Amino acid sequence: MWAFIHKVGSPKWFYTISARLLPWCWTLAVTLILVGSIWGLAFAPADYQQGDSFRIIYVHVPAAFLAQSIFVSMAVAALIFMVWKIKVADMAAAVMAPLGAVMTFVALFTGSVWGMPTWGTWWIWDARLTSMLILLFLYLGVIALRGAFTSRDSGARAASVLAMVGVINIPVIKYSVDWWYTLHQPASFSITSRPSMPVEMWWPLLLMVLGFYAFFIAMTLMRTRSEVLRREAGKHWVRELAAGGA
Amino acid sequence: MAFDSLDAFFAMGGHGAYVWSAWAVTALAMVGSVAHARIERRGLLRDLERRARREAATPRKNPDAS
Repeated sequence: MWAFIHKVGSPKWFYTISARLLPWCWTLAVTLILVGSIWGLAFAPADYQQGDSFRIIYVHVPAAFLAQSIFVSMAVAALIFMVWKIKVADMAAAVMAPLGAVMTFVALFTGSVWGMPTWGTWWIWDARLTSMLILLFLYLGVIALRGAFTSRDSGARAASVLAMVGVINIPVIKYSVDWWYTLHQPASFSITSRPSMPVEMWWPLLLMVLGFYAFFIAMTLMRTRSEVLRREAGKHWVRELAAGGA
Repeated sequence: MAFDSLDAFFAMGGHGAYVWSAWAVTALAMVGSVAHARIERRGLLRDLERRARREAATPRKNPDAS
């Protein structure tokens, strides 16, 4: 078991396996997002209340899902790194933070643009909106903390601790719409329960959500591979790789 | 098809500015992330190659030091 964990955690093993997975992840991501976008933008029926402005849902909801899922993934990677000292886990956590911050920004931006035609305001200090803004600051904090130390290991440990503590914000975001029902509507999409919207609207949203997840996995694999090359540049196997034309 | 014409599609029932700006920012963020990751990878591979060439030209005394 231990041998297995450390084999999986070895940068070289990761580098080899991820190369095989990556093309599949990209194909899946591009296909799902392309089909979902065309379906959602041009073929899904307009909402009977919101008209065509509801089509923002197809980018807003997947981005908001990723914003939260990436933080949880980053916290899990941080935990694995702290408990088992697996370096690849820390490399993955390091590359997840900027992508999570970008997705949180996208969720906030698209939400704000959607708020204007539906609520009549760009921003309000509603519980959901505020907790998402805190998520953005947590991401920025994790990124800044990692860079604030001269020793990479100290930065990695500090960023890991903040990621593990900050994950408390995730259930707050999730239940914010139920605890303080202010403006943001409760969840209207779930993979596990029956859709609360017409199926012609729900299908493209499902494709977009799955496509965004595939995009997240592909991006994380790709950038963790780069991080492996960066950190292991002096190792024998990387030098052989470079000599062989990578 | 939910729209009668291309104009209607772009107008989005009068909400065009909202819908298209939300979609544009999302697309830009995703394409930008991929572009950044590709540039990063290419740069790292170039550095590694350069390093490999340099090492091939001057054999190292201590091969374990990194």
